[in-house]
Formats: sequence, structure tokens, C-alpha cells
Amino acid sequence: MTKVPVQFSLNGADIAEFVESGVTLLKLLREKAGDMSAKGGCHQGTCGSCSVLIDGELRLSCLTLAETCNGAAVETTAGLAESGVLHPLQRAFSEGFATQCGFCTPGMIMAAKALLDRNPSPSREDVVEAISGNICRCTGYEPIIQAILAASRANSLSAA
Amino acid sequence: MGLTLQTFPTVADAARLLAGDPAARYLGGGTLLVRHANEGDTSFSAYVRTTDPGLSAIMVADGSVRLGASVTMAAVARHPELAFLAPAARAVGGPAIRNMATVGGNLFAPTPYGDFGVALLALDAMLDIDETSIPAEDFFASRQSYGRSIIRFASFPLAAGNGLRFLKASRIRPKGASVVTIAAVVREEGGKVADARIAFGCMADRPIRAKAAEKALIGQPLTAEGIKPALAAALEGTAPVTDAIASAWYRSEVLPVHLGRLLLG
Repeated sequence: MTKVPVQFSLNGADIAEFVESGVTLLKLLREKAGDMSAKGGCHQGTCGSCSVLIDGELRLSCLTLAETCNGAAVETTAGLAESGVLHPLQRAFSEGFATQCGFCTPGMIMAAKALLDRNPSPSREDVVEAISGNICRCTGYEPIIQAILAASRANSLSAA
Repeated sequence: MGLTLQTFPTVADAARLLAGDPAARYLGGGTLLVRHANEGDTSFSAYVRTTDPGLSAIMVADGSVRLGASVTMAAVARHPELAFLAPAARAVGGPAIRNMATVGGNLFAPTPYGDFGVALLALDAMLDIDETSIPAEDFFASRQSYGRSIIRFASFPLAAGNGLRFLKASRIRPKGASVVTIAAVVREEGGKVADARIAFGCMADRPIRAKAAEKALIGQPLTAEGIKPALAAALEGTAPVTDAIASAWYRSEVLPVHLGRLLLG
């Protein structure tokens, strides 16, 4: 099997790995880079649990080939906490009971981060649209929507 | 068997490899092809892609629009001069899919997907494919024969775009696969329809033109009474699919209702 070098930044740290040509970014993250935050749910682009940010854009790591990420900046939920302090989205999810089994949570949080990075004060509709590609089978979505809105309010308070 | 990815700087290089290797498939945004690989499709063993920057460009000039085949749905949706296409681009997937899914890929998306292709069909888009240019209608008619081809561009007149009406009926909002998708470009003269192009998604295994409905609309005013003949003819030539989203019967029942809403809305 042909091995190819892949280099990119993962949550600000340089990653350089030899991977089998054609493997997905999800496989590299979980099996090579030791980042288990992105989850492999459907592997079809339907569930959103593998969502990561690539150069600031929300992407599905199960459908993205690792080699196409050369030189890119990849962000996952594992990189959100700083010095042990949770990101406002993580805090809001935890405090608002927006996570139950937790499988969808990393994808939901990255989808929410993609939204808040562009639109710090989203409407409820914006939030629903932003997580429309992410499936949750536990919460009924409402606590997730409320957590994202709470995180946006917390952000605007800390910025003020 | 493992898969390999081969990247080429130009379309011509990628096309040469595709022509010579029956186990190679062209990779766009990955939302269709990598999905197949993940599902265990062993009919191909190599991904081929090109980084040709021309394929990622949107050009709006001299009254026409040219969309590179690698342009994403997200790029179309946020383009300031393509607001008329935003509803069709936003109809595709969720935000992550739209950051990946391409104009070229959507033309190959099987029913119930391919909503953007329905809009391109109504716009009478021309597709640059394999060094030639063909109408989207001809492409869809023999889509299976283009499985190993590379689409470069889709182009259409800006004026047609500004008259585009688009509707996607789905059971889940804001993101759900299509029950029926309808795109229409209707030009009126003196209060009557002079010219109409209507395209349906999910009313066959690929986007199709509604020729009978188009014909029945010519010369009629866009009123509840005027569009009756078009609605009565809407199902002519259709072969709707039955899938997990809806039955063929249901699609046939609701199509004229949605067509009426689109034409009168």
C-alpha cells in the first residue's frame, strides 16, 4: 500500500504523518493523531458527528481525504479548551444539559463554533440552520439550540 | 482493496488518467464518491482529482454566469450577484455538506438528491464537458454515459437567472431530502406567458424538463385559472421514484400543488 506524507496543523500543533493514500481525515485524526473527538457515525455525510473546521470552514472529516488537507488548519473539539478552561460552547452544553449520550456533541459544537465565528449574535433560526446537518437522537435539539444561544450571550458579555 | 488518490494540476491530465484507468473515478467535493467508498463500493480503486484553480471560479460578466464545476454550494449561496441561485444552493445538505458539495458533483447526484441540478436544468445551462459544450438537458438524458467525464463549467444567461423560481418540498426543515423539487424560469409578455422552462426533481431518477406543462403555460396569464392546463399536464412524461422519503403516488399527488404555488407565488 502506498504511504503518502500529510502535514497540517491540528488545533495549532503541527502534524506530520505517513498515511495510506485515500484514507479519510477522520481515520487519520482518530488512528494516527490520537484525537478521538470527531466521531464516525454514518460515514455517509448524514449525521454530522465527524464535523471539524478546515481553514475555518465546517467540513465532514469522514468524507474528506487526509491528503487534501495538506497545509490546512484543522480544528476539532479536542482543541477548544485552553489551559483546562472549557470553551464557552463546551460550558454552555454541559450546563444546559445539551449533551446526553455525547456522541453528537463534538460535531454539534464544531457546527456551532463555525456559526459563532462568523455570526457572534445569531438568531434562533440561524442556530437551527447551523446545526441542520447534525443529528442528535437524545436531546430533541432544544437544549442544544438553547446552549448555543447561551454561549453567544456569554461571548458577548465577556467581550463587553 | 485500498484506495489511492492521484492529484493533477490540470483537467487534461486528470482526464487522461481517467480515460486510461477503468478503476479510477473523478473526485469532486467527496460527498458522493467518498460516501460510496465508505459504504464498501469496490468498483473503483483510485480517486482522481485536479487542483485546476479555474474550476473553482465563479464568473459573472457580459450578461452571463459561468460556474466552475468545483465551486461549492456555499460559494454559490454567498455570492452577491447570484442571490437568485442561493435558494437552490442552500437546498443542498447542511452547512458542512455545502462547504464541500460542488456544482459538478450535484449534476451526478442521484434522486432524491441533485436539487441544484434541477435549477441548472430550468436555467437551460450549458455544460462544458470533455472538450465539448452540451445542454444540461442532453447531459441528464444520458447521464450514465458521462460517469467517467469531467465537467468543467456550467454557464447560463444572467437574465434567465434573475427570473428563476425554485421550490423544494421536504418533510424535515431546514434540511431534508426532497419530496419534489421544482425550478422554473417563466417570461411574461403583456400579462401572458411567452416562454417557460420548468424542471422537476424526484419525478424521475434524474432531473427532467416538464415539457407538457411548459407548452400548456404558453399564452396563459399567471393566474389560478390560467395555470390550470399546465397543472393538469404536469405529470405527463414523469416517472416519480418511490423511496424512504415518499412514494411515487404521493409525489404525483403533491407535484401539481407545489407547481401551482411556485407559479402563483
